[in-house]
Amino acid sequence: MNLPEHSSVASSYDCVVAVDVSRQFGKKKVLDEISLTVKRGEIFGLLGPSGSGKTTLVRLVTGLDIPDGGSITLLGEPMPKLNVLSRIGYMAQSDALYGELTAQENLEFFSTLYGLRGNSLKKRIQEVAELVKLSDDLKKPVQQYSGGMKRRLSLAVALMHEPEVLVLDEPTVGIDPVLRKSVWNELDNLRRGGVTILVTTHVMDEADKCDRLAMLRDGKVIALGTPEQLKADSHSATMEDAFITYGGGVA
Amino acid sequence: MRIRALAFRIIRQFIKDKRTLALMLLAPLLVLTLMKLVFDGQAVDPRIGTVQIPGPVIEALQSNGADVTPFDNEEQALAQMGDAELDAVFMLNDTLPQIVLEGSNPTKIRNVMAVAQKSLQKLGGNGDPPQLELSYLHGSGDRDIFDYYGSVLVGFFSFFFVFLIAGVSFLRERTTGTLQRLLATPLRRWEVVAGYLLGFGLFTLLQASLIAWYATSVLGIALEGSFFLVLLMNLLLALAALTLGTLLSAYAQNEFQMFQFIPLIIVPQIFFCGLIDLQSMPEWLQTVGKALPLYYGADALRGIMLRGAGWNDIWVDSIVLVGFSVLFAILNVLALRKHRRI
Repeated sequence: MNLPEHSSVASSYDCVVAVDVSRQFGKKKVLDEISLTVKRGEIFGLLGPSGSGKTTLVRLVTGLDIPDGGSITLLGEPMPKLNVLSRIGYMAQSDALYGELTAQENLEFFSTLYGLRGNSLKKRIQEVAELVKLSDDLKKPVQQYSGGMKRRLSLAVALMHEPEVLVLDEPTVGIDPVLRKSVWNELDNLRRGGVTILVTTHVMDEADKCDRLAMLRDGKVIALGTPEQLKADSHSATMEDAFITYGGGVA
Repeated sequence: MRIRALAFRIIRQFIKDKRTLALMLLAPLLVLTLMKLVFDGQAVDPRIGTVQIPGPVIEALQSNGADVTPFDNEEQALAQMGDAELDAVFMLNDTLPQIVLEGSNPTKIRNVMAVAQKSLQKLGGNGDPPQLELSYLHGSGDRDIFDYYGSVLVGFFSFFFVFLIAGVSFLRERTTGTLQRLLATPLRRWEVVAGYLLGFGLFTLLQASLIAWYATSVLGIALEGSFFLVLLMNLLLALAALTLGTLLSAYAQNEFQMFQFIPLIIVPQIFFCGLIDLQSMPEWLQTVGKALPLYYGADALRGIMLRGAGWNDIWVDSIVLVGFSVLFAILNVLALRKHRRI
């Protein structure tokens, strides 16, 4: 019935299109006329300190919240739209897992919501557990998991139904450096498989691994481009220096 | 499919949380047992109907605190008592005074008898008071006070514990972020509510059966009507509690705030569910009682357990309770809009 590739010219290349998006809670403007585009098949980073509006923007993209102004289009569909939600994998900032249940039971539960079942579900659980290195701990109740393990399980939940778009809110918090590297390698593999990834982080060196990124500060986009561009334009050697330059420099 | 997944997950969680399961299933039994051990009665003016009783006798009854309604014939008076509008009917069998007692509430039996004996003594002057002929509409005067209160408490404890446990689980779904996560899937809001109903429904069925069985078989609370109807009413009450609990949890920030609903929502229902005689309350306050689910559950349970009421007597109560559950469930679907607009 709906043919997203005809609904707008941009939709065949663009995964997320945000136009003049604003959101305020009470008097506080959390997002102030943000416009950005995430292309299909790229890793797009949202970089900014906590309180800069990253999570709010991510919640708008996933349809959990509605902007006060502007519009968001995801995979060619204006958000919020329920049937687009089955095409995205979302990993929230807090680990939304059921502590009493085992990792396997958590994976089974969330996957069933996306319609996975039977043998393909079992096979997929093994694959994804292998990917996040949790195969040996699947039978453990999640409340016995460490912070890093919970993070990995959250990522696994987001990957289960092989979504076209991954929206990851601070995916590597509390994960040790070795594992963080392997998570990023995995994101790279997924991208090569055609998955679009929108990832938020406040770790500057992670930003280097994104194809393109937007720097957020106080609800505004202060810079947007490839990591190399941003560093070159601000004459900075590191992402951290670039951020300071765009943010108005050190007082 | 998705609803079933949600229900299945809730059941799994429940089975692993043995302590909460025990609270829901065993705590009502413990409290009911305690209540049986400690309960005692209270006095209310008895309502007595009279059939062709001379004026002086009526005055004597009134002066001893009875609320007297004269009737022209026996059928009218007995019909009124059948509707629980009267506690006893006085009439003359030839010249001998006869009392028919409603019989479901032991405190009232005692009150009526006290008033009747005092009045007859006064009228009899110095001679021996005439002998009273007694009969009962329900039971045979062997009901103890706990039969009366127990029938209501059976429903109350289903309501109370389901309210708390369902409310707190739904609240935790929100505070741990899993509700957000659920709403980032294509799960519809009504499916969330339906999944909760189904998942918890299983345990409320278990609880309702256990309480009804324990109350009638172990504690020996009177059961004149059908056990199945007691079970049904308990289940309907539990569903109302389940939907109300999950609805109100939307307005609590944490577990502690959930408990603050107990004095606001639960305690008033105790006052209105028949534990305390409604006749002693002003009219407007009685109307308030009729806006609360427990009023209907208690009314039906009293009817089934004490007066042998059948489906014809309780179907209105059942429909009202189902109505409450549907209303709360719909409001809950709307309240979830706060977390996802679509």
